[in-house]
Amino acid sequence: MTRSEPAAEPAAPPAAVQLRGVGKTFTLRRGTVVALEEIELTIGRGEFVSLIGPSGCGKSTLLRIIADLLNPTTGDVRVNGKPARRARQDQDYGIAFQQAGLLDWRTVLANIELPLELHGANHGKRRARAAELIELVGLSDFAKHRPPQLSGGMQQRVAIARALAESPTLLLMDEPFGALDEMTRERMQNELVRIAGETGAAVVFVTHSIPEAVFLSDRVAVMSARPGQISEIVPVDLGPRTDDTREAPGFYAAITQVREALRGRPVPKTVEVGVSVDALGPGVRDRAQGAP
Amino acid sequence: MSAALRRVGGSLLPPVLFGVLFILGWQLFVRAANVRTFVLPAPTDIWSAAGDAHARIITAAGHSGLNALVGLIVGVVFGVLAAAVASRLPVFGGAITPIVAGLAAMPIVALAPLLNNMYSPLSSLPRREVVAISAFVPIFFNVRRGLSELSAVHRELMKSYAVSETAVLRTIRIPNALPHFFTGLRIASSLAVIAAVVSEYFGGLQDGLGSRITSSVGASDYPAAWASVVGAVILGLLFYLGAVLLERLVLGRRAAPAT
Repeated sequence: MTRSEPAAEPAAPPAAVQLRGVGKTFTLRRGTVVALEEIELTIGRGEFVSLIGPSGCGKSTLLRIIADLLNPTTGDVRVNGKPARRARQDQDYGIAFQQAGLLDWRTVLANIELPLELHGANHGKRRARAAELIELVGLSDFAKHRPPQLSGGMQQRVAIARALAESPTLLLMDEPFGALDEMTRERMQNELVRIAGETGAAVVFVTHSIPEAVFLSDRVAVMSARPGQISEIVPVDLGPRTDDTREAPGFYAAITQVREALRGRPVPKTVEVGVSVDALGPGVRDRAQGAP
Repeated sequence: MSAALRRVGGSLLPPVLFGVLFILGWQLFVRAANVRTFVLPAPTDIWSAAGDAHARIITAAGHSGLNALVGLIVGVVFGVLAAAVASRLPVFGGAITPIVAGLAAMPIVALAPLLNNMYSPLSSLPRREVVAISAFVPIFFNVRRGLSELSAVHRELMKSYAVSETAVLRTIRIPNALPHFFTGLRIASSLAVIAAVVSEYFGGLQDGLGSRITSSVGASDYPAAWASVVGAVILGLLFYLGAVLLERLVLGRRAAPAT
């Protein structure tokens, strides 16, 4: 079974993420739990892919394996063509979690600078980059505030700015809007679409929310639990996302498709369990303005 | 009058009022029930005894205060160092924790006579050692907890940055431990004064508030003994206040109100 790059051009840049036969087994006192089994997934450069599935399907585990925060038990993980560990050391990705995880004793600006500071960027460069990012997430007026003074949505924007500090080509997000109210959540989704477009970064986005996954993604990877597998990949072709996208008929059709997939009742045009998703090829994000 | 001033007044009024009423009640009770002085002297008796002996009480408080301060500093330094090593080397932490727990359980009364006998009766060292041991315990436990606490999200974030454990210590663990340190310091500062005063009850150099209390009791001058107790209370409050002020100074900007 060959899984060559979709375009098969020798000079084609490597995919942002490539997972081959990835499995993860946790050994607990009462035995072993298979968290993930035979995961095959390739995410193209600049592509937005959501992982969705019931609790315990291993979607957060999968994200952590891509981030090299967890080691897979089996299989091969490549980020930008490099082994996951190397990619982590090279800071190829930025990451954001459900909890913003800001340092309460630092200002918003100093929080955004944190990764740059840790990696030895000089003061002037740090300040300039942080100022750029704070502008990008629309918090310029709050540069000198401290995280406890900000709302949950604002804190999450700071966390996203921090994740983007070193201009990663890959953004990993683990339910970053999970703790936000619905209104804030939609606003943050709009922001994320714009930011992902402006930065051109590929995004792996873990979520529980079907509309969120559909609104944001080029493709939605639907996962099933016990063992955690990708049961289906739903391509979402809605063009550039705007607030109107949420009202579009195609949006609802895609939501239905993902929902059916989650229920395990595949509708036509879907992929069988365990089949490599490479066949679909990496989508090119075309919805956000300024995308390359 | 500004709102801030009124707020301070509002928060000060209840304890001040309670204190005044308490002392008034004490005075009335002693006089009305005709309590004898060696059982409980009236506040006015204590006040006049304090007036007579204030110079000596202040000198004694100076000695006790110096012992408490030196012991406190030594205890804090060693407490922080031990906590740092314990949080970095779990083996050391596991080995030292039962010993520190034992120190915490050991009353000063058990230790003071032994230390007093180790040194010349003119040495201030034994009392300072008692203070240092007393102060060490709360600092050790609090700082250790602060350094060990690392939330899952911060641990994963720092791992994603692929930085050294030293960088984690500098950017997260130490700032995170500071509030815990000051909690420990507040406890330790009060304990230091108690230890400095009480350790004098068991021999050693007799120049502090503890010895003034025992010698006044020995001379049946109970109002004078109570006056020295008041001196010890004030000394303890000064230490506590010092710890609180230091905390405000260092952490104050963290608690800065919104714009």
